[in-house]
Amino acid sequence: MSNKTLTRTLPALTGVLFIGLWYLANAMLSSEQKFLLPQPHLILKAFQTNGDALWSAALNTLRGALLGFGLAVAGSFIVALVLSLTPLIRASLYPYLMILQMTPIIIIAPILILWAGPGTVSVTVITFLICFFPMVVNTTQGLISTDRNLVDLFRMCKASKHQEIFLLRVPAALPFFFTGLRIAATLAPIGAIVGDFYAGNSAGGQGGLGFLTIVYSSQFKIPALFATAVTSCALGFLFASTVIALSWFTMHKWHDSYSRTDS
Amino acid sequence: MPSLVQFNHVEKRYGEGPLILDRINFAAERGDFIALIGPSGCGKSTILKLIAGLSPISGGTVTVDGMVPENAIEELAFVFQEPTLLPWLTVQKNVEVPLRLRATRADHREQLAKTCLSLVGLSERAHYYPRQLSGGQKMRVSIARALSLSPKILLLDEPFGALDEMTRDHLNEELLTIREQKAWTAFFVTHSVAEAVFLSNRIFVLSANPGRLYREVPVDLPYPRTEETRQSARYQALVADVSKLLRSVERNQL
Repeated sequence: MSNKTLTRTLPALTGVLFIGLWYLANAMLSSEQKFLLPQPHLILKAFQTNGDALWSAALNTLRGALLGFGLAVAGSFIVALVLSLTPLIRASLYPYLMILQMTPIIIIAPILILWAGPGTVSVTVITFLICFFPMVVNTTQGLISTDRNLVDLFRMCKASKHQEIFLLRVPAALPFFFTGLRIAATLAPIGAIVGDFYAGNSAGGQGGLGFLTIVYSSQFKIPALFATAVTSCALGFLFASTVIALSWFTMHKWHDSYSRTDS
Repeated sequence: MPSLVQFNHVEKRYGEGPLILDRINFAAERGDFIALIGPSGCGKSTILKLIAGLSPISGGTVTVDGMVPENAIEELAFVFQEPTLLPWLTVQKNVEVPLRLRATRADHREQLAKTCLSLVGLSERAHYYPRQLSGGQKMRVSIARALSLSPKILLLDEPFGALDEMTRDHLNEELLTIREQKAWTAFFVTHSVAEAVFLSNRIFVLSANPGRLYREVPVDLPYPRTEETRQSARYQALVADVSKLLRSVERNQL
C-alpha cells in the first residue's frame, strides 16, 4: 500500500476499530448496566427522536458562542493595541486581566445571572470572558515582537505611528493573532455551553446545549446525552475549522508554517 | 562645500553604560566608499546608527550634508545585516515600502521599484514572496529597497555576512556596478578584510573598548574593480596590510 492510501485509510480504520470496541464494551456489561454505555446506533436513534430539540439548542448555543467570540476578538484586538503601546501600560493592566482570567466561571455565572438574568446576554458574557484572555495575550505579544530593524526602517522612512501600527506591527502580529484565535475558537462553544448550563434561559425554547444537558440528565436519557455531546463536538469542529481555514487563507502564501516540506 | 558626513569628537554611550565610541573624527566626501572594520564591540554598527539618526550622540557633533542627522534622513538608506523584508508582501511590494511611506504616487513607485529590481537582477522574481527566495536573493531585494529612495548615502551593516563566499564575491561586484550608475556614498561595515579592500577607497580600522578610530587605510585600486582586481599584487598586499593592522588592534586589546 502506498503512503498516500495509508494516510487516507488509517484514520477511517481507527474510527471503525473504536466503534467496534464500543460495542464490545457494551456487550461485556451486565444487562442492568448496559444503559450506561448506549450503543452507537442507539445514539443515532436519539438524534432522530430529539432532532428538533438538539437542532434548536445547537442554534442557540451557536448564537451565544458567535456573539461572545466575536466580541472577544474585537475587544481583545483593541485592548492588545493599547497594551502594545508602552511597557508601563502593560504593567498597569496585565495584573487585572489575570484576575479576570483566574476567577472561575462557575463563580462569575451566578453573579452575572443576578445582574443580567439568565439568557443570551449572560451566555455571551461568559463566552467572551473565556475567549478574551488567550486572544489578548497572544495578540499583544505579536504586536510587541516586531523585528527591531523593521521598526528602524519605518522610522527612517518617517512613517507615522499610524503607518507603523497598521502597515507593520499588525500584519507582523498575524501569526500570533491566529494562535490566539485558534485557542479561542475551541473555547467559544465550550464557553457558550458552560454559560448555558449555568445561565441558560429555558423559557420560549431559548435554551442551548448546556440547558439540554440538564434536562436529559435529570430524565436519565443517556443516549440523548451522548447525542448532545456529539452535537457539541460538531460545533467545536465548526469553529476550529473555520478559524484554521481563515488562517490558511490569510497566511498560506507567505508564512513559513505553510511552506511545503519534503516530509 | 562642506564634507558630506562629518564626525567631530563624537562620543556615544547607551544610557549610563560604558563608552562605546570615543572621540571619533572623520570627514567623508561625496563618492567615498568607506569600509568600517574592527573587532566585535568596536562600535562599527553604532557609527552607522548615528549617521542615520537612529540613536542620539552623547558628545561631539555629527553633520550629514550640513544638517543634523535627523533632518538628513531623506538622503540616506540603510541595508541591515539581515534582509529584514516584510514576509507578507511580495518582492515588488517590499521594494515599494519606503516609497509608500513617503507617499510616492502609486504608478510612480511601481515603476521605481521595477527599475531597482532590475538593477539587482531580480525582475523575474517580482511576484515571489520572500520565503521563496534564497539568502542571496533576499539580500538583493533588501538592497533594491534601499536604492528605491535614490539615497545620497547608503549605510550597509554587514549585509553579506551570512552568505557563502561565492555569493558574497558576486554581490560585491554587483554592488560596485550599481554604484557606477547611481553614485551614492557608502558606509560599509564588514568583518571581511578582503571585502573591505575590494569595495572601498578608504578603510577605517577601529579598536574596541571604547571604540576608537585606530587607523585609516587609503585603497588606491582603480575602479571599476573586477575579478582581476582580486588577482592583482596591489590588492593582495593591501589585504595583507589591513589584516596585519587588525591583528595588532586585537593584540593591543589583550
